[in-house]
Amino acid sequence: MKIRIIPSIISLLLIIIFILFYMGLKNSNIYVPKENVNKKIPNFTAKLFETSEKINSEKIFSKDQFYLMNIWSSWCVPCRDEHNFLKDLSNEKNLNLIGLNYKDKTENAKNFLIELGNPFDIIFLDQKGIIAIDWGAYGVPETYLIKNNIIIKKIIGPLNYNLVKEIKEIIR
Amino acid sequence: MRYLKLILIIFFIFGLNYSHAQQSELENKITKNLRCLVCQGQSVYDSDTEFANSLKILVKNKLNEGFSERQIYTYLKERYGEWILFDPEFTKKTYFLWLIPILMFAIGGLVILNLFIIKKN
Repeated sequence: MKIRIIPSIISLLLIIIFILFYMGLKNSNIYVPKENVNKKIPNFTAKLFETSEKINSEKIFSKDQFYLMNIWSSWCVPCRDEHNFLKDLSNEKNLNLIGLNYKDKTENAKNFLIELGNPFDIIFLDQKGIIAIDWGAYGVPETYLIKNNIIIKKIIGPLNYNLVKEIKEIIR
Repeated sequence: MRYLKLILIIFFIFGLNYSHAQQSELENKITKNLRCLVCQGQSVYDSDTEFANSLKILVKNKLNEGFSERQIYTYLKERYGEWILFDPEFTKKTYFLWLIPILMFAIGGLVILNLFIIKKN
């Protein structure tokens, strides 16, 4: 009698494990990045693009307005594509555009802005890419919509017409 | 006296070297456990993307600031989710994953015990 109980328990366990793993197969295994929405923005100190003066981010994000922080670089092709959308958004009165220049040569970045125009109110430098990681960014371009020090919306990749429309609806 | 100084200096330099080696070992251990999120199946240690290079610098800085290995993992988990770690941590979601091998081992032991030892008696 004892011999029969053990094999049946083992086979039952195996069946349960098989079913569990089989169900697991059907789950989507495509990784969706964790969106750090509704999180407080990190506090950082960085150099300013124009004057190389070190400044704390707290002072910048203190107003009761919307902020759009864009991580960009002159070597990033999608950044070039989204630049017109940023310029369009810079006309919004309720919105402050803040740039984070990611791992770029200052000279190249300057030429980029001269060529395409500068939509940003303030640009920070992030030469080592560490501030971007503090924000939970993967690379360039990436855009964050911020209100009261809280990230409302995070966009990975370049802006497009629909996203710009959505942002405009949020800030109105 | 001069030799003594020399020996002391040499010892000092080697000592520095040793502590540095220990830190970079820990750095490697941590970066090997971090998934490069913008690559395909590579660790941060293996990858040479901008993202991975920044993470390597970040790990180094955090260690210099006195962060422990676990604190660095927590810091990155807050920003990128648990996916960034290759070793899943022991939580509600993963206890099954960690316990199954042990369970299997125990069951196997019981089977062997049952088949060979108890039967003989």
